[in-house]
Amino acid sequence: MKRRFDTLLIANRGEIALRINRAAQELGLRTVAVYSEADAGSLVVQLADEALPIGPAHATKSYLNVDAVLDAARRSGAGAVHPGYGFLSENYSFAERVVQQGLVFVGSTAESIRTMGDKAAARAAAMRAGVPIVPGSEGVVADADEASRVALQIGYPVMIKASAGGGGRGIRVVHDEADLRKQMALAQAEAKAAFGNGEVYLERFVRRARHIEVQILGDGQRVVHCFERECSLQRRRQKIWEEAPSPAITPATREALCASAVKLAQAVSYSGAGTLEYLYDDESREFFFIEMNTRIQVEHPVTEMITGIDLVKEMLRIALGEPLRLQQAQIQMRGAAIEVRINAENPAKGFMPCPGTVTGLRVPGGPGVRFDGMLFAGCVVPPFYDSLLGKLIVHDEDRAAAIARLKRALRELQIEGVTTTVALHRALCDEPDVLAARYDTGFLESWLASHPL
Amino acid sequence: MSNEHEVLCPLPGTFYRRPSPDAPAYRQPGDTVQDGDVIGLVEVMKQFSEVTADCAGTIVSFLVESEAAVEAGQPIALIRKG
Repeated sequence: MKRRFDTLLIANRGEIALRINRAAQELGLRTVAVYSEADAGSLVVQLADEALPIGPAHATKSYLNVDAVLDAARRSGAGAVHPGYGFLSENYSFAERVVQQGLVFVGSTAESIRTMGDKAAARAAAMRAGVPIVPGSEGVVADADEASRVALQIGYPVMIKASAGGGGRGIRVVHDEADLRKQMALAQAEAKAAFGNGEVYLERFVRRARHIEVQILGDGQRVVHCFERECSLQRRRQKIWEEAPSPAITPATREALCASAVKLAQAVSYSGAGTLEYLYDDESREFFFIEMNTRIQVEHPVTEMITGIDLVKEMLRIALGEPLRLQQAQIQMRGAAIEVRINAENPAKGFMPCPGTVTGLRVPGGPGVRFDGMLFAGCVVPPFYDSLLGKLIVHDEDRAAAIARLKRALRELQIEGVTTTVALHRALCDEPDVLAARYDTGFLESWLASHPL
Repeated sequence: MSNEHEVLCPLPGTFYRRPSPDAPAYRQPGDTVQDGDVIGLVEVMKQFSEVTADCAGTIVSFLVESEAAVEAGQPIALIRKG
């Protein structure tokens, strides 16, 4: 079968650029890296078949500069563009421009990026596909009578949320009807005062929520899932520690969860790798779809470790024009995998960013250990981009063994010259609640408040 | 003895003179400042830190353009003390 392209431009930097370069070269593709002035010495620039500068350090002038990226594609003769994650990966007009230029966009179609990137449209698509979403009112509730009728269907406790609020502001939690009737008018007045708009709506309040997400692959015709990941350990909504499978759900829940993800992805004829994010209510044991990420994710390696599937290569094969090779029954999970994010931040100083030069490096190895990074002794960690330096991933026969392996690998890992989050991960490996997987998305921040590092 | 004082950048990163792209600059040359007044921001790894005047006086000039890359310890503004 004739391949749709033989040269791939990697429109990203850091560890994911290197990850894509590895997969592409293994598939026999010629790779083109692009880099900003700050990344001229980076590992992907050294290892790609060709490397082109695309502008100054500031991302808006380089990695987010659509014209500069497309110009590099033209100059290098690339037939496809892989956007990685972040930067232009979920920018549907970039995907559109790539295709208009006659190139292949390694990812979903501009249309599905647009639909699934719009929270309301994604929620509507989920409802149409019969996938559960967080129960709530259909739009605005007018007064206490309407609110109490709706709340009865949703189930208490419920949140009264300001339509114009956001980022956790303008939310009141009520526990019963009397409480709701008391708070409703207050919430409306408060919303009016704070946001200039008194409209409120209702949503189920989930006391203990876990973040669980399902990895899928599609070719525009058929969709398969590669099981779930749990990413409940977060700080400021940034995932810190991710694992597969989720230690919180039963096999029956897993089956229903993954089936719902396939159904929704199939409903939008999804093509490429994608992730459907869910909120899992630890008390009612229900799952609710929140949003879809139409790209490869940072934490994809834990799925690769338990399934043996190379997700980045599968993305590239689909983009090359091959139909999805995998049948659902062939995809099995084995053992448990954990990924921890190694960031250039000082956990003892409020996670202050620590750019600099890596003066010494000892990378862990041995059975079941993988280190996806971009580090080498002497490499510069510029201050202009996010702080992710690399990901330490371990795999073993079960979760307890994986944690023991993680602890051992973290002892081997040594990064000199910049302060990293390694100390945090070492502490988490000894934390009884982490060992027992007793956590929700609020756990890490309260744990950090009571456990200074 | 010169009574001009250089404000040094506390962190490496990207320097901004305004709190957001649409907002006016924190301070203009000729403005008087107190010790501790915010005169700019430094973005490092997607986190923003304030840059403050470390003496009272009048801003003579900014030595770095907004959105320019800066090093830790680099002079970014000149203040005439008093």
